[in-house]
Amino acid sequence: MTAFVIETVIKILIVLGLFSALAGFATYVERKVLAFMQRRLGPMHVGPYGLLQVLADGIKLFTKEDFVPQNAIKPIFKIAPVITAATAFMAMAAIPMFPEFTVGGYTVRPIIADINVGLLYVLGVMAVGMYGPLLAGMASGNKWSLLGAARTVIQLLSFEIVTGLSVLAPLMMVGSLSLIDINNYQAGGMENWIIWSQPVAFVLFLIAGFAETNRTPFDLLEHEAEVISGYATEYSGMRWGMFFIGEYANLFTVSFLVSLIFLGGFNDWGFIPGAIAILLKVFFFIFFFLWTRAAWPHVRPDQLMWLCWKVLMPVAIINIVITGIVLMI
Amino acid sequence: MSLEQFKDRNVGSQNYKMVHIEEYPKTPWERFKRVVKRTFKYELFVGLKIVFMEMVRFNIHTVQYPKEKLPIGPRYRAIHKLLRLLESGNERCIGCGLCEKICIAKCIRIDTKLDENGRKVPTEYTINFGRCIFCGYCAEVCPELAIVHGPDYENASDQRAHFALKEDMLTPIDKLKEQKEYPGFGAPTPEADRLVKKTPLAY
Repeated sequence: MTAFVIETVIKILIVLGLFSALAGFATYVERKVLAFMQRRLGPMHVGPYGLLQVLADGIKLFTKEDFVPQNAIKPIFKIAPVITAATAFMAMAAIPMFPEFTVGGYTVRPIIADINVGLLYVLGVMAVGMYGPLLAGMASGNKWSLLGAARTVIQLLSFEIVTGLSVLAPLMMVGSLSLIDINNYQAGGMENWIIWSQPVAFVLFLIAGFAETNRTPFDLLEHEAEVISGYATEYSGMRWGMFFIGEYANLFTVSFLVSLIFLGGFNDWGFIPGAIAILLKVFFFIFFFLWTRAAWPHVRPDQLMWLCWKVLMPVAIINIVITGIVLMI
Repeated sequence: MSLEQFKDRNVGSQNYKMVHIEEYPKTPWERFKRVVKRTFKYELFVGLKIVFMEMVRFNIHTVQYPKEKLPIGPRYRAIHKLLRLLESGNERCIGCGLCEKICIAKCIRIDTKLDENGRKVPTEYTINFGRCIFCGYCAEVCPELAIVHGPDYENASDQRAHFALKEDMLTPIDKLKEQKEYPGFGAPTPEADRLVKKTPLAY
């Protein structure tokens, strides 16, 4: 029992520390990749090739004035960023990051809580993260924040449905909500990946993932040309940093989910061992998120709703029906 | 397209290529067809390919400013310089006061005296850069090419007066070898021949 507690605490600390650091590093990679795609160099001055820019940004965030507007509802204003960051990290608890490995005769399972409804838990906790922007926008006492929060809520609520419905078809095939079971279902090489049997669900889940992480084609909730900075308008310093870390942590969560559900997860991929295979997949998706940010314009809110309710949701339902019929036969 | 076609102002008679614009869909079925057509076109991937090729080609245009600087044109009007004669090292300024007279911002002030050879030399030469509008008239009017616009555009300081005194503008006597001749007001850039484009004079 004590060993289990110690193990879990160590895992939690590793996940927290690693993904906070990775979120910072992702901002550096994002700036660099975007810059290269736009024929720029990106950050160059702080450290070699601008590598210490992350550190400089961290110092800036921590030492900035912590400001609460006069008309804000202070307790809610203060707790909103914590909700975003906390739910983003809580969602990672049920994600198996790597295959099992052995350290000194002790088998480590790189998942904090192996619950049998892992996927449901992850999606549910990520959905709770919606309260962060919602409360932030409503408590800020700022119209732009309120508009941004409204956009966030319609976007996240709508695309929750697409996420749930699109992931239902693979779940019907696997017959389990545990992410480890889904991963094991795809053991045995590339031809067993669910993406080949559920390509529509893959595309739908990826589109919904873009919407849930507020990435570029659907980043209208804090688009500065329209609603200044959306729900984060009144935030500064580390409170704003919490939103930021939460967003990037969600980015990693969605990348892990897509890799696990559709792309074979941490099974060995040819000669590539499983741990490296999942890292490759995750970093491809991170890169893809940045790539689309450089390439695609964002959509209008009405187009977003149209896309969700009139296109993606019917397609997802048709996909479920067809999967059901095929499974019955 | 030849020049004659450009000069033909009779609208309707030219041989224009019309841009094809699709009919706006009227019925819901047509609108649905347009959505399907747009969805399965590869336009989104063309965008991805373009930015990816830019990244792979790595054709970076950034100038890392404090470390790298772009050359400025000889016509650029930055902080003024007072030049010296190349052989003797004497000051070129003869104290004629033309720059003081022509200055439309009234920011130049000269005090002169007669030196031991009976030549007029400036004892004080100051430009009030709070008033100077960098019009370049002083450099244009100077008969001796003594007051010129230098190439130093990095003139951030805690006081404007830091560039304005005679000793700041005058070429130091030990740096005489490095003094660059002013190509003259309105001189073309060094690579002007390469940059120049033919003007369609007939148009």
